[in-house]
Amino acid sequence: MSHDKSVLLEIKNLRIEGYSDEKWVDIIKGVDLTLHRGEVMGLIGESGAGKSTIGAGAMGYARDGTRISEGSSIEFDGMELTTATESEKRALRGSRIAYVAQSAAASFNPAHKIIDQHTEAPLQYRLQKRMEAQEDAMDLYKRLRLPNPTEIGFRYPHQVSGGQLQRAMTAMAMSCRPDLIIFDEPTTALDVTTQIEVLAAIRDIVEQFNTAALYITHDLAVVAQMADTIKVLLKGEEVEEASTKEMLDNPKEDYTKSLWAVRSFESPQRHRPKDATPLISLQHVDASYSSGPKILDDVSFDIYEGMTVAVVGESGSGKSTAARVITGLLPPSKGEVLFRGTPFTHDYRNRSKDELRQCQMIYQSADTSLNPKVRISEIIGRPAQFYSGLKGTALKARVDELLDLIELEPSQFYNRYPSELSGGQKQRIGIARALAAEPAFIICDEVTSALDQLVAEGILRLLDRLQNELNLAYMFITHDLATVRSIADEVVVMQQGKVVEQGPKDDMFTPPHHPYTDLLLSSVPEMDPDWLTTLLEERGIENLGDAAAANMSK
Amino acid sequence: MSVFVIAYYSLLLIGSSLAAYFNKRSIFILLFSLTMVSFVLGIIGGSGALVMVATFAGLLALAGMVSYSFREALIMMAGPELAKELRTAPLTAAFGMFVIFTYAITGIFAPWIAPYGEAEVISNAFEPANADMLLGADQLGRDMFSRLVYGTRNSVGLALTATVLAFVLGAGAGMLAATKGGWFDQFMGRFADVIMSIPSLIFALLMLSIFGSSMPVIIVAVAIIYAPRVFRLTRAVAGNVVVMDYIEAAKLRGEGTGYLIRREILPNSMAPLVAEFGLEFCFVFLLVAGLSFLGLGIQPPTADWGSMVRENATLISFGDITPLIPAAAIALLTVAVNFVVDWMLFRSSGLKEQ
Repeated sequence: MSHDKSVLLEIKNLRIEGYSDEKWVDIIKGVDLTLHRGEVMGLIGESGAGKSTIGAGAMGYARDGTRISEGSSIEFDGMELTTATESEKRALRGSRIAYVAQSAAASFNPAHKIIDQHTEAPLQYRLQKRMEAQEDAMDLYKRLRLPNPTEIGFRYPHQVSGGQLQRAMTAMAMSCRPDLIIFDEPTTALDVTTQIEVLAAIRDIVEQFNTAALYITHDLAVVAQMADTIKVLLKGEEVEEASTKEMLDNPKEDYTKSLWAVRSFESPQRHRPKDATPLISLQHVDASYSSGPKILDDVSFDIYEGMTVAVVGESGSGKSTAARVITGLLPPSKGEVLFRGTPFTHDYRNRSKDELRQCQMIYQSADTSLNPKVRISEIIGRPAQFYSGLKGTALKARVDELLDLIELEPSQFYNRYPSELSGGQKQRIGIARALAAEPAFIICDEVTSALDQLVAEGILRLLDRLQNELNLAYMFITHDLATVRSIADEVVVMQQGKVVEQGPKDDMFTPPHHPYTDLLLSSVPEMDPDWLTTLLEERGIENLGDAAAANMSK
Repeated sequence: MSVFVIAYYSLLLIGSSLAAYFNKRSIFILLFSLTMVSFVLGIIGGSGALVMVATFAGLLALAGMVSYSFREALIMMAGPELAKELRTAPLTAAFGMFVIFTYAITGIFAPWIAPYGEAEVISNAFEPANADMLLGADQLGRDMFSRLVYGTRNSVGLALTATVLAFVLGAGAGMLAATKGGWFDQFMGRFADVIMSIPSLIFALLMLSIFGSSMPVIIVAVAIIYAPRVFRLTRAVAGNVVVMDYIEAAKLRGEGTGYLIRREILPNSMAPLVAEFGLEFCFVFLLVAGLSFLGLGIQPPTADWGSMVRENATLISFGDITPLIPAAAIALLTVAVNFVVDWMLFRSSGLKEQ
């Protein structure tokens, strides 16, 4: 394999316009980009920065309702894509440029076997015969360290796990040995422990085949592992570009510095008050969905007034189910939930208004947690009206007060609909709705995982401030340990429905750990570009992610 | 070669040459192919066929212009939000809205528009049209035009009431079933299946012969026939809404079923329901007209389009188009409603042109 370093993709003055409100608006405002063979470039920026649009643009593709404007130039290996015909571009895609989407589960066709989808492109382009293509697929699966490489391809997409599917998708992108792969947030939807497997696999295979890649993500630590150069984008414009090492060590622009500084927020550790009754106490709770297997198995933990308990674990570990038991959506099959020492009614339908108001929820996805057809004033006002019976000017004053609390200007937001807000603002409205009930306790279910780091940081700071002002207790469900580090006072680690470790945050982040906690902690990407390499050397390839968790339960 | 034929061809040829000169490809292809077709038509059908083509094209152009001006008028009158939506309406939808608007005006102001009463006998049976009677007289010597105008009120009013009732029943039950779930959902679903398994026309005939054909009976019978379809659609749409987090939030707040349905679910399932309303209205309308045609619908002497077709059916054998006029009125309204519904479905399905 030759490792030639000639220029593969050259984008000059790329402008992409989108049609909105009956006029064309610039989404990408003149971006230049040069990618050499075998080079991995990370594109980072918050949502709306145009990362994905540039990624699609590199294939000469503009999504519906957008267009590449005159004067842009996208040159792929000597071929100008802006003037190429649709069939010329189609011949490139899949064979010479491949795309790996964020959600592999949504991008695979559920009705066909993985290997049939894998071999579609090589067969279509008549590069390989079916049997050759299948053998090649198995070889790729092996290189990507999928379990049972000879057999896994004959499964349907729903029969393999998310991390495996994402690797299968990378293998599929590799099927024609393209010169360029565009990775669009390939690990954002995965747990930390799974993410690391996918990262290691992608990095490995890109290196083996000398493939150039555009790696789109909003996670700086991830991009630090993957990319040779990093380009920072803001609102469709380039902020700066430099090699990974230089970008991490001495960023030039203020915006880049602010991105780097995000992970610095940490609220001071609070400690349990002496001999007080806990606000919420789970005692030996078992729970399951309609006679299925036990999702929670003998779970006990306490949450004290004014403190934040972070519940961590990968998906399927039962953290959200624990929240559903507390809120009463899923009555426990065994055990008890105590509220200030007295038993909490199991089913939410039998709870009194006062019990209901004590415990509020903030959801992961602000898009589905706010009714899109109702104005902000009513979304926030309804709990206040419902629990406290406020009306007319008193209600308006309360809504204004709540909007002030979440740092949104009341006069500006009072009459808006959720669709007219940004992601961070929506999440703030979700917080305000929870606060409107004047609760003692709020469950935050992955509240920051759908947000960019800068915005997420703002939400965390806001939650921390509110906690200090209103003496709230939080149960913070998350799989992001950086969030835990910044806001938690106590940590509960869950695995397969059991609590494996719990205690104050400071203790949790200092060894010795439970092996599972150790796995979780070590899987969190760090800003150091050599982190992944070091980790792989330390732990060995066989002791990562799912494999490691499986080893543990043996 | 009459002057008309010369003018006809020269107009087409000038038009296509101009289109070709200004590089308007689609217009050129349209005009030029029309010229070619006209040559053939002119040879086979003589100038009569050309007159028909010209009339048809003229009518189409007229309808287009009316729709265009109607849409512009609506945009000017509407607020900024609504105007933005209206601007996306294609001409067909504008045409549909114009027709519906005209029917509504005719129905509401029927007594002032119609020159005679609906049951007033003013001349001999089957009198041809004259200055006094725009469309001639029917089999009893009543003014056809006046009966058509009153028929708008009766037929459309009846169909509208029945559709609204079907929607109140069906949508109410559908949302309740989606919210409650469990055995109630199952029970309502199977109950709807039972009603749907009975052929609709037979069911209507049965009900009408048992309870007699009066307005309330027709309305209730038709509503019962169409409610299960609405139920199934609403339940499916609401089923997608009740799994949202904001519904969970409202449930955890302790909200009652009434609030959940009214404030949380209904606003979010409105778009497909409105589109379905238009479609169902057409079906209901056709069913009511069919019942009237069979003599079981609205009873004489009340004017109704369905029964007007039947009463004047004998005229067809004499080559008179009078009985087709109420039928055309039914067809026009159905097509118009469908044009509007198409546009609404297009919007709510999120399909956008590239």
